[in-house]
Amino acid sequence: MREVDRRSKIDRRNFLKTAAAVPPAAAVAATTGVSISDAWADTAKALKPETLKTLARVARDVYPHDQLADHYYIIAVTPWDAKAAADANVKALIEGGIALLDENARARYKAPYAAVAWEEQRVALLHEIEQSEFFGKVRGDLLVSLYNNHDVWPKFGYEGSSSERGGYINRGFDDINWLS
Amino acid sequence: MAKFDLNDDGLVVIIGSGAGGGTLGNELAQKGVKAVILEAGDRHELQDFVNDEWNSFTQLAWTDMRTTSGSWLVARDFPNLPAWIVKSVGGSTVHWAGASLRFDDHEFKIKTVYGDIGGANLLDWPITLAEMEPWYAKAEFKMGTTRTNGIPGLPGSNNFKVMEAGARKLGYTQVHTGRMSINSQPRDGRGSCQQIGFCFQGCKSGAKWSTLYTEIPKGEATGNLEVRPKSMAVRIEHDAAGKVNGVVYVDGDGKMQKQKARVVAVAGNSLESPRLLLNSHSGMFPNGLANSSGQVGRNYMRHMTGSVYAVFDKPVHMYRGTTMAGIIMDEAHHDPKRGFSGGYEMETLSLGLPFIVAFLNPGAWGRSFTTAIDGYPNMAGMWLVGEDLPQETNRVTLDPSAKDANGMPVASVHYDDHPNDVAMRNHAYRQGSAVYEAVGATRTFPTPPYPSTHNLGTNRMSEKPRDGVVNKYGQAHDIKNLFVSDGSQFTTSAACNPTLTIVTLAIRQADHIAGAMQRGEI
Repeated sequence: MREVDRRSKIDRRNFLKTAAAVPPAAAVAATTGVSISDAWADTAKALKPETLKTLARVARDVYPHDQLADHYYIIAVTPWDAKAAADANVKALIEGGIALLDENARARYKAPYAAVAWEEQRVALLHEIEQSEFFGKVRGDLLVSLYNNHDVWPKFGYEGSSSERGGYINRGFDDINWLS
Repeated sequence: MAKFDLNDDGLVVIIGSGAGGGTLGNELAQKGVKAVILEAGDRHELQDFVNDEWNSFTQLAWTDMRTTSGSWLVARDFPNLPAWIVKSVGGSTVHWAGASLRFDDHEFKIKTVYGDIGGANLLDWPITLAEMEPWYAKAEFKMGTTRTNGIPGLPGSNNFKVMEAGARKLGYTQVHTGRMSINSQPRDGRGSCQQIGFCFQGCKSGAKWSTLYTEIPKGEATGNLEVRPKSMAVRIEHDAAGKVNGVVYVDGDGKMQKQKARVVAVAGNSLESPRLLLNSHSGMFPNGLANSSGQVGRNYMRHMTGSVYAVFDKPVHMYRGTTMAGIIMDEAHHDPKRGFSGGYEMETLSLGLPFIVAFLNPGAWGRSFTTAIDGYPNMAGMWLVGEDLPQETNRVTLDPSAKDANGMPVASVHYDDHPNDVAMRNHAYRQGSAVYEAVGATRTFPTPPYPSTHNLGTNRMSEKPRDGVVNKYGQAHDIKNLFVSDGSQFTTSAACNPTLTIVTLAIRQADHIAGAMQRGEI
C-alpha cells in the first residue's frame, strides 16, 4: 500500500500564507522548534504572554497528539491575541478563563496551570470548567485552528486536495493488501 | 439562453435548482414550456470547487440562520445547523454522494404494512412502486446510474473492501459498490470517476451527476429555461381567486423583485419549502399557502442516521476515492423481529481529517478522542441510513423571533427521535461494529448523526386533502397551480437515499404540468 510520508516538510507557499495571515507572535512560532515554554509569546499585543503560553498548554491538553511539536499548538492559539486586541469581551473571556484555571491549580497543586506536572492533573482541572464559555470557545476553535492547518495533515496520514494530482485512481484508492 | 421579463405571466416559476427544481426546469424546457428557476445561491461551476472541506463548506453550504429543538442529538451538537445542504446552483446535487436506490414496494404503503405505530403519523403514498417504475427507469437513464442500463459498477476502494470483507464474514450477501449516479465509464459528455475523494465538495471531474452541469445547461440550451442565481424567494403571491400568480424575491443586489407566474413550483428542500409556504400567509390563507390541512411543515423526516467508524492495526486510507463507495443492503427489508419496523442501509462513508475531528464525536476531547484521530490512516467508515417514521410534532415552524437578512422569520426545526428510530439505530450500530470487528477492528466508534442531509416530508403527498399538502403529482390540494417538487412531498422516508426518487417525481411532475397547461387546466 502507498503510505504517506509523515516527516515535516517546509512548504514555502503554506509557510508564507501562515506567516502573512497571523500576527507577529505566530510568525515567530511558525519557525519549527519553538516550544511552549520559550519566549514566543512576548510580542503578544493584548493578552499577557503568560496567558498565551498557558493557552497553548491548554490546547495540547485538550487535543494531545504526541507526534505534533509544540509549534502547531502555538500557531493554533496565537490568533486569540489578535481577537482579544479587537474585542475587549474576548480579552476578558481568555484572561478570565486562564486566571480561573491558574487559581484552581494553585489551590490544589500550589502551582499555576502550566506548571502542574501531570497531564491527568491538568485534565482534571479542565473537566471542572468544561461547561464554561471559555472552554467551549477555545475547544471549538481548536477543531479548526489545529486540525485545519494543512501542515499537520501529513502527520495524520491525510493527503488533502487530490484533483490536481488526478485523484486516487492511479494513486492507491484500492491498494489494500492485508484483507484475507 | 432565455431571459424572461418580470411581467411575463406565462412562466412556470421554480424555486430551487437541485434534484427537484433543476430536473423539473429541464424537463419542462424540453417540452417547450418556459420556466425560470429562482436559486438562492450563487453559481459555482466545476472549476470553482475546492478539495478542502472547510473552504468548500464556506463556498457551498446553506449557513443562513436556523433554529432547532427536540431530543435529536443534532439540536445539541449543531443547534443552528440542523441541515447540511447546499446553497448554490445545483442545490444539494452538488454535494450529494450519488447513491441512487429505488424504494421497495412496501415503502410506498407502510401504514398498510406496518399497521398503526404509537406516536407515528403513518400514511400510504398515493402512488405505488408499479406506477413509479417506468419513471424510475427514466431517472436512472438520465442520471447514468451504475448497475442499471448496462452500466458497470464502480471499482471498489479500500474503504469498500474492508466493509465488504466484514460483511461477507457476517453472512451478508447483498454487498456491492452501489447503484451510483457517478460515471464508471464516460457517458453523456462527462468522463469517468477519477476517485478524487471529494464528492461532498462538488465533483471537480463532473463524473457525478448534478443538475448544475447536466439538467440546467441542457434546459438553458433550449431557450426555454432561465436560471437566476442569488435570488432568494421570500413570498408567493396569489390573486383574488386564490391562484398563485407571482413570486417575490430578493435579488443579488438586495433589491425586492416580483416575477409573475402562471404556475409556481416550490423546490427549496424540506426546510425552506414549508418555510416559504408559511411565510406566504395572507388574508385568504392566514395559516400559509396550501395549508388548509394544517400539515405544512409537519411530519418532518431526516432518516434514522448514524455512522460507524473503526480503527484497524493496518492502513485503510478511507479518504482515497469515492466518498460513498459501496453498500450492504441485507438490513434494508422490513422485519419486525429485529425490534423495529422498516430497515436501513449501510453505506461506506469517509470524511477528511478536518471533518472527522468535527463529526466523529462532537464535543469530545482528551486522549480517548485524540488516539482515535491518531488512527485516522487506519480508519474505515460507514454511514447508516434507515427509514424514520413521520410524526406530526416533528415539524418546521417559523421561529417566533429569529429573522433572516431580509427580515423574514427563519425555519425552526423540531425533531424527536421515535422509539422505532432509536431501536433501529442501536441495531445498526451493533451490526456496523460487527462488520468491522469481523475483519479485525481494534476499536469502533458509534458516531452520532450529522446535520441532516436528507430532509423530507414537510409538505407530504396524500390521497385525501385532510392528510397532507399535495396530491400524487405534487400539486397542492388547495391551489391547483402550485406544486411542490422536492423531497418535502415524500409521504414517508423509505430506507434509502432520496435523490433518485426526487428526480423521478420531478420527471413525472413535468409531464403532468405540461399536460395540464396544454389542456388549459392550469
